[in-house]
Amino acid sequence: MSDLTDLTIAESLSKLKSREISPVELTQAYVQKLNDNHKYNAFVTLTAEKALSDAEEAEKRYANNTNRLLEGIPLGIKDLFCTKGIKTTACSHILDNFIPQYESTVTQNLLDDGALFLGKLNMDEFAMGGSNETSYFGPVVNPWSKNTPLVAGGSSGGSAAAVAAKMCAAATATDTGGSIREPSAFCGVTGIKPTYGRCSRYGIVAFASSLDQAGPICKDVRDCALLLNSMAGYDPKDSTSSKREIPDFSLSLGKDIKGLKVGIPAEYRPDGLNPEIASYWDKAAQILKDCGAEIININLPHTKYALPAYYVIAPAEASSNLARYDGVRYGLRVDGNGLDEQYINTRTEGFGAEVKRRILIGTYVLSAGYYDAYYLKAQKVRRLIKNDFDNAFQKCDIILTPTSPIEPFAIGDTKMLENPINMYLNDVFTVSVNLAGLPAMSLPIGLSQNSLPLGMQLIGRAFDEDTIFKAAYHLERGANFVRM
Amino acid sequence: MADFIIETEKGKWEIICGLEIHCQIISKSKIFSGASTEFGDDVNENVSFVDAGMPGMLPTLNQECVHQAIKTGLGLNAIINKYSEFSRKNYFYADLPQGYQITQFQYPIVGEGFIDIDLADGSTKRIRIERMHIEQDAGKSIHDIDPHKSFIDLNRAGVGLMEIVTKPDFRSPEEAGAFLRKLRSIVRYLGTCDGNMDEGSMRCDVNVSVRPFGSNEYRTRCEMKNVNSVKFVMQAIEVEAKRHVDVYENGGEICQETRQFDPVSLSTKVMRKKEFAHDYRYFPEPDLPPLILSDELINHIKDELIELPDAKKNRFVNQLGLTSYDAMVICENKEVAEFFEKASQGRDAKKVANWLMGDFFAMLKKKNLDINSSPVSPDNLGKLVDLITKDIISGKIAKDVFEIMSETSEDPEIIVEKNGWKQVTDTSAIETIVDSVIAANPDNVASYKAGKTNLLGWFVGQVIKQSQGKANPAIVNKLLREKL
Repeated sequence: MSDLTDLTIAESLSKLKSREISPVELTQAYVQKLNDNHKYNAFVTLTAEKALSDAEEAEKRYANNTNRLLEGIPLGIKDLFCTKGIKTTACSHILDNFIPQYESTVTQNLLDDGALFLGKLNMDEFAMGGSNETSYFGPVVNPWSKNTPLVAGGSSGGSAAAVAAKMCAAATATDTGGSIREPSAFCGVTGIKPTYGRCSRYGIVAFASSLDQAGPICKDVRDCALLLNSMAGYDPKDSTSSKREIPDFSLSLGKDIKGLKVGIPAEYRPDGLNPEIASYWDKAAQILKDCGAEIININLPHTKYALPAYYVIAPAEASSNLARYDGVRYGLRVDGNGLDEQYINTRTEGFGAEVKRRILIGTYVLSAGYYDAYYLKAQKVRRLIKNDFDNAFQKCDIILTPTSPIEPFAIGDTKMLENPINMYLNDVFTVSVNLAGLPAMSLPIGLSQNSLPLGMQLIGRAFDEDTIFKAAYHLERGANFVRM
Repeated sequence: MADFIIETEKGKWEIICGLEIHCQIISKSKIFSGASTEFGDDVNENVSFVDAGMPGMLPTLNQECVHQAIKTGLGLNAIINKYSEFSRKNYFYADLPQGYQITQFQYPIVGEGFIDIDLADGSTKRIRIERMHIEQDAGKSIHDIDPHKSFIDLNRAGVGLMEIVTKPDFRSPEEAGAFLRKLRSIVRYLGTCDGNMDEGSMRCDVNVSVRPFGSNEYRTRCEMKNVNSVKFVMQAIEVEAKRHVDVYENGGEICQETRQFDPVSLSTKVMRKKEFAHDYRYFPEPDLPPLILSDELINHIKDELIELPDAKKNRFVNQLGLTSYDAMVICENKEVAEFFEKASQGRDAKKVANWLMGDFFAMLKKKNLDINSSPVSPDNLGKLVDLITKDIISGKIAKDVFEIMSETSEDPEIIVEKNGWKQVTDTSAIETIVDSVIAANPDNVASYKAGKTNLLGWFVGQVIKQSQGKANPAIVNKLLREKL
């Protein structure tokens, strides 16, 4: 038979239930793939042995019919999720050898549903970056790379690359400004950032608390529905998590979209937009139209202010969230003469350049005399962005845009490295969604002329992931993208 | 109240003073974590992952602390704000694990209120409250264990605090002292803070400035942090005010700075100059939603509110006929007031008050006991007053009875019975003694009759002596007058 790692989770589960394959076989297949592909640098910590022994337990559960929702499915976990007894570093030197004594709610939910963890996935340091190049453990290599190693996107680069290269059945990821969607687009996989509040943030190393949200990166839309159903849910340990009931997302798959109003925002099509991406955007709209959807032109007038507002709010919160990494209680400590020197030495050595840059920006925008001009102004912009979406959703049910304005670029690209703003510009289509707290999915639409994957983004109303899944199902079929 | 004027050869000065008081909230667990607030446990024993600032940990608001704050706000006659917000106050210190304190900044839970204070001259003064907010406490740094290292105890980290800020309404050390005692009395009545300044569960920051007597200006103030007794607060105000006067009269300027009061040398010294003041970079806490209180909850707490010192005092004056001073002294402490109410039930409250504030307090002081461990129960104190009122024992015998009561805790009726101390009110029995005294002292009888009427007292003494103190003095007087 063909490689077990080609199977989606839904397919694997049906074969597991029919006892056609065993969890141990499935896990062994992924471990094999994982070991064959160290060149991608997707994993930073491996727990394959534990996964294999857990697979044996799963086998018993299938044998006595006590198998759970994701019994025996081998997953990769972004290194931002605290995993009890397993090293968790956020890919930062400052969390060297940090082993949490607690489990994040999202990973606990997955464990409770019978999933297995193959290891921890590479990412940009503290999820700050769009190319996975800020990781202390080095960049992830995009499995679609030809001669030149390309970036996998970020910050969840390890998650997207590992799913693309079939090193795990699916992966957890987080998204603060596009960190699920951009790497998904770059690696030709499907990822959804649910509505802010759907997934508990408890036990996820915080970057920007008002924007951070966990979600899955999977091989297809159906797997995203399956995994999100397991990950999401109200958690009393996170005061910002939502009490709204979680629908069975897979029930939306296959529902017809006749009359569904799909909004196309004019502001997302600037003059200089890559024509290839623009034409795939048109193609995606046509696919939905062919399925009976109505295409509607909409406006999101404050879009141009989203990126600057995001790069004020996110660093502001980050500067405060990262204050706890001080060398006093855990992680890296570089001694100094007195407390201040210990702080300086520890944080100078422990944080990478991008993290330091954002801490500095964040500290600056919150400082006395600058707060009103930057932080407060950015919060007002955030409100306007949200209003834009509220108005747009009066006219349409879902919004279709490209995920990224560019295709995957080379690791070490000088244009990106010489000016961080160039890197930030890649987030132009994704950050508004985080500022407004909305759900959005990226799914592959096709290959560029360079044979590199490109992604489309579907943005839904708050707590209306259902409509995203409904539309994504048809878009996925219409695009007929061939996975690696 | 006579103003407290600092008078020098050069002029008269007036004190302007405001207080900020941190009150530790009485609650079973910490304000943002489930950890216990018990004291006396081993160091770092009551520390949750949240309190230790572990990665990915999130605060959740303890409703018990919110209720305690509302109660306290009502006790301060203050507005309860139905909308309040939490903010982060960012600064680095080793005993502040998160690198920020969660507090309330722009929108506190309690708004303006007031406390009326009683002054020694019998007058009262209204001190206005600016606001009260809730926040978390920091841990403790211990510097005296090792010459090169500091140690951190996080048991206190995350314990709930109420910070009460007054308007600059104090014009004398006496007023500040009276305010602190009154505030302490209110929070103890409410059971929201134990008010022990020496243990640090109530801590006071003192802001002081001076101005020429009669002027309306506000001059630069200095703040003295953590002054930890009522007496020290009063001393600190006086010495700091005198320092200001000294500086001004010698042509100097006062700089805004934080100072420390030294109770040994009775002086203050600079802790931190204004230019080194922290920039706390306050911003809204993204991990906690705004705190919205319903009228229902506020009214529910209002309904459950017990009678506070002022109301009790007024009742004691108006219904029980106590003097304002006596009522104030008795009401300062809730236990004393309750003891008094029990003891005076159905009796002459003024007489009970006299006994309570006289012999009873003296006995407690001598034995170094608090009222809860008094050997004399309220019932027995009441019975003792009854015995006097009903002429069963004389005031003189009552003192002896009380002496025994405070040793044995016995019922005064039984003590009187056992010792045969019942006052003789039987006229014929007393008449016999009167007759025998008259018969035995013909010389004095003659002198009395000759006009030396002040000998009556001597005769009374003799009769009472012969009756072993039991003869009712009024009857003795009456009979002697008749027979002499």
